[in-house]
Amino acid sequence: MSVGIHIPTNMLYLDNVTVSFDGFKALNALSLVVAPGELRAIIGPNGAGKTTMMDVITGKLRPDSGTVFFRDTVDLTQFDEADVANLGIGRKFQKPTVIESLTVEQNLDLAMAGNRGVFKTLFFKQSAEQYERISEIVSLIGLKEKRGDIAGSLSHGQKQWLEIGMLIIQEPELLLVDEPAAGMTDQETELTAQLLKDISGERSVVVVEHDMEFIKALDCHVTVLHEGHQLAEGSLSHVQQDERVIEVYLGR
Amino acid sequence: MNGSLRAFFVPFLALLIFSSSLSVNSFAQELGFSDHIAKLAKSKLSEKAVLISLIAETKDARVPDLFQHLLNGDLYYVKKTGQIVVIEKTESGYLAGDVLSQQSLGIVGKRSVKKIGVNNALRRQLRSYIATFNLSSDEANTRLEAAKALLKAPEASFLPILDAALVAEANADVRSAMVIARSAILLASDNAGQRLVAVNGLRGATDKKVMTLLEQLLLEDEEGNVAEPNVRVRQAAEEVLGSLHTQARIYKVMEDLFFGISLGSVLLLAAIGLAITFGVMGVINMAHGEMIMLGAYTTYVVQLLMPNNIGLSLVVAVPAAFLVSGLFGVIIERSVIRFLYGRPLETLLATFGISLMLQQLVRSVFTPLNRSVITPEWMSGSWEVNGMLSLTYNRLYIIFFALAVLFLLIQLLKRTFFGLQMRAVTQNRAMASSMGIRTGWVDAMTFGLGSGVAGIAGVALSQLTNVGPNMGQAYIIDSFMVVVFGGVGNLLGTFVGAMSLGIVNKFAEPMVGAVLAKILILVFVILFIQRRPRGLFALKGRFVED
Amino acid sequence: MNTSQGHWWRSDKGGQWLITVIAVVTVIVPVLNLVVPEDSVFHLSTYAVSLLGKYLCYALLALAVDLIWGYAGILSLGHGAFFALGGYAIGMYMMRQIGERGVYGNADLPDFMVFLNWGELPWYWLGFDNFSFALLMVLVAPAILAFVFGWLAFRSRVTGVYFSIISQALTYALMLAFFRNDMGFGGNNGLTDFKDLLGYSLQLDSTKNALFVCSGLALIGGYILCRYVVSSKLGRVLVSIRDAESRTRFVGYRVEHYKLFVFVLSAMLAGVAGALYVPQVGIINPGEFSPINSIEIIIWVAVGGRGYLFGAVIGAVLVNYGKTYFTGAFPEIWLFFLGGLFVVSTLFLPKGVVGLVKRRSMKRADEGGAKPEGQIETDDGTSAEEVSP
Repeated sequence: MSVGIHIPTNMLYLDNVTVSFDGFKALNALSLVVAPGELRAIIGPNGAGKTTMMDVITGKLRPDSGTVFFRDTVDLTQFDEADVANLGIGRKFQKPTVIESLTVEQNLDLAMAGNRGVFKTLFFKQSAEQYERISEIVSLIGLKEKRGDIAGSLSHGQKQWLEIGMLIIQEPELLLVDEPAAGMTDQETELTAQLLKDISGERSVVVVEHDMEFIKALDCHVTVLHEGHQLAEGSLSHVQQDERVIEVYLGR
Repeated sequence: MNGSLRAFFVPFLALLIFSSSLSVNSFAQELGFSDHIAKLAKSKLSEKAVLISLIAETKDARVPDLFQHLLNGDLYYVKKTGQIVVIEKTESGYLAGDVLSQQSLGIVGKRSVKKIGVNNALRRQLRSYIATFNLSSDEANTRLEAAKALLKAPEASFLPILDAALVAEANADVRSAMVIARSAILLASDNAGQRLVAVNGLRGATDKKVMTLLEQLLLEDEEGNVAEPNVRVRQAAEEVLGSLHTQARIYKVMEDLFFGISLGSVLLLAAIGLAITFGVMGVINMAHGEMIMLGAYTTYVVQLLMPNNIGLSLVVAVPAAFLVSGLFGVIIERSVIRFLYGRPLETLLATFGISLMLQQLVRSVFTPLNRSVITPEWMSGSWEVNGMLSLTYNRLYIIFFALAVLFLLIQLLKRTFFGLQMRAVTQNRAMASSMGIRTGWVDAMTFGLGSGVAGIAGVALSQLTNVGPNMGQAYIIDSFMVVVFGGVGNLLGTFVGAMSLGIVNKFAEPMVGAVLAKILILVFVILFIQRRPRGLFALKGRFVED
Repeated sequence: MNTSQGHWWRSDKGGQWLITVIAVVTVIVPVLNLVVPEDSVFHLSTYAVSLLGKYLCYALLALAVDLIWGYAGILSLGHGAFFALGGYAIGMYMMRQIGERGVYGNADLPDFMVFLNWGELPWYWLGFDNFSFALLMVLVAPAILAFVFGWLAFRSRVTGVYFSIISQALTYALMLAFFRNDMGFGGNNGLTDFKDLLGYSLQLDSTKNALFVCSGLALIGGYILCRYVVSSKLGRVLVSIRDAESRTRFVGYRVEHYKLFVFVLSAMLAGVAGALYVPQVGIINPGEFSPINSIEIIIWVAVGGRGYLFGAVIGAVLVNYGKTYFTGAFPEIWLFFLGGLFVVSTLFLPKGVVGLVKRRSMKRADEGGAKPEGQIETDDGTSAEEVSP
């Protein structure tokens, strides 16, 4: 859902965000800025706080302290998941979660931007444009042939794509993508990287990933997280030379 | 000699005789005792009065018991032989015991014995002797009880006995009880000065009977006349009564607290097995109540097997119930639940089906009627802290028992190898399995443990409620409430949950009634779950959602 | 493009069969009872008519439970409460209809209130001498309870077994409350000794048949309503909530609103079922709130097949017929049978009788090389193939 024509300075702005679970700081004074249209990769070892960061942005978790702004002015800590989604932030999970008992078409139909009210959906009728929009997306994600198939029957990679398709059709301004390449073949990985590059530009995309080949293919700014805060930021080659990053990744 | 004078005089005489005849030949005494008793059988009432005096004179140790039986109307004689026996009325008939040898004669026919009758004058005489005898006992406890008994029936005739006893009494507790009894008697004195002293003597007497006595002084009749004519006595009585009321309120709170803790212990016992099966394993065991029921029935069967050792039967029933319920638990886990891990709603339905089958099984084997489980002697009765507070032994024992079970369970989980394996399987099944832990075996044992503990709860509950096929149903919802309220997967949470629900329930009861109190508790827990969906002691962190 | 009008109904083969059968039964049963002479072999006793009417009410109740359990994944162990509330609402109307014909002959107060020395009718009984008001309450009372309870529970994300347990506690608390004489609903004995409904004596065969026909029509209407709901986009949102609740939130749906909507709708259907049930059995008492009743509903749905709607109807009739048969013929083994049914259906029949039949027919279709039928009928009964411009 578009908020307006005004182009913000920062799409996403995290400052000094801290989250702790029983004394353990999952996020420790984390700051991060994502510009409109930017493609950003976030890497970090297990437990670095990547998933927690996503939870904070999407309203699943409230931070103990710190500020989270979307489009400069919207304070995300005030909203829950559904609100945040309707503000224009889409999230893709590490484990592909499509609705397995519905068809590809129905999954996309559910995710399609539109009124999410109870009675609107009860009396909803799909328009011709909406049908066309779904056609575009199934072509984009390579599932044209599978449009009427039950999502549960798709392969792992196809599910990942369907979920990306659901994200796109939701028309968010900011996409959060958690390990999209997990479990994909090399070829699929390459295609996915290309897809994400294509869709950034009109919207901001934040990708969390472990796979260095994939990050390389994305060819974008990289943020390295470690123990809940930012360790380094810059191009991939830049951060790869950073001694602290080498220490974190190789030193143990 | 008129009746009241005699009643006053005879015990007085008896007291003199008692104190002067300390060294009587024991042989002669025995002879006298049995002779006099034998004559009780067929004597007239006037002869009985003399016999009772004579028996009292023997100062035999069996005298107070004998008099008590005579007073209670338990003393009979066998028609054929004239033998004097004590009769205990049991379900199966009259159980006779010989007075002299104190040996049981077994069940006798109702028509073969005849009661030895007494009239009111004799009763008064008997009570005096009993009081006299007990007040001069060597046992401080007996003297204390005797003083307390006098308070329950304060009659002027006891005054001389009491005064004599007070002179000799050295024990402070007994003395104060005697003073209270004496004051209670003197409240009825004609002399206002004595009554004033008496009222002041009752200060701090923590007994409901004292309060009624004082209240009686202040009663007004229809014409507005107060029972106590003297203003100063009335003022003193009001003041003493006021302070007693304050004390009574404090003891009432303590009593409610005790009832609350005891209800909490019952809830804890019922819920603690569920805290394992539901809390640790994530299995919604709707047959949990039936595991409790099986434990209660095991107690019943154990008592059937050892009818002569009822006192010991409960001790035997605890491990037996643990084994029976635990075995059922293992069978249920291996045959049904192990196919349903990770599908909590399905385990709920399947175990509900099992609960129906177990109820029917018990109904078929034991009939649908409630079975009576006998409360052994060491569990019946109550501990009289003072006249305002008495705690029943069965509830006291259950509190200790519940705490012991909780303690042992925590130790088992924390300190044993089995507990370690259990926690390992709960937290990471795949990892535990690859480390060589037989997860299937651990599952079965864990479920068996939870069920076995429910069985133990059944033993305790058989002492409090009816044992019937539906008894489990009564506890299942309460148990779930406790576990969910306390926080799933946390035994200490279960403890706090059970105790707080129990105490709140008992404090709410006098205000709104038992049923409404229960409804309010349910509504409270329902609302509480909305506020804190994971209970009082919730686990936090990133693994919660898994 | 029109996806949700027309085809939602055409693709529901099972539902069409079911409705045809119920419609036929609704017509034939009164004919067999009222028209066919009593000495004929085809005559149906009035007792049987009331029994069948009861089954239809149970079927409607099962439908209500399947709507929330089968489609939204909400396992309510307290749905009997809504059924009972609907029953009490109509029972209160029939109590007021007794008027002076009660034992105490008091036109202003029901007998039990006279017995308890109550001076006047409590405020919550006002209006119940009006049939339209009572009918409204049949829907509104369960709806309000469902709304308040559901709002509290869903808003704070009480899900899964936690929801099940507190819903069971809810109906248990209501049972205890209705047992109290102070509540003003007849305590232990509940409401009974009804005389007539809308002026028609409940003793008359014609009235009983009319109630039967109403039950049949209510079931058909309820089925069509539920089918429409689950076939709409809202139905797919519900399935999405059932399968991946958190995902649905991230797509932007207010999960609690959807759950609340379907929970209230289901409660109202249950209320209607209760309101039709009570005049046919002639009594409503707090026992209807007992937790075991609510769990029994779940087993009807589980046996029939969860998430098909018509499965719930089949399950309710099958299990209740079994209950009537066993409690009559072998009362001791009824609980063994019912208990066994729970275990067997969860272990071996995860999709119930309907699922079993479907799997069979799919296998046969596979062997014949035909396109499997199950492919077309997904859980919500929509067909992907038919979605075309």
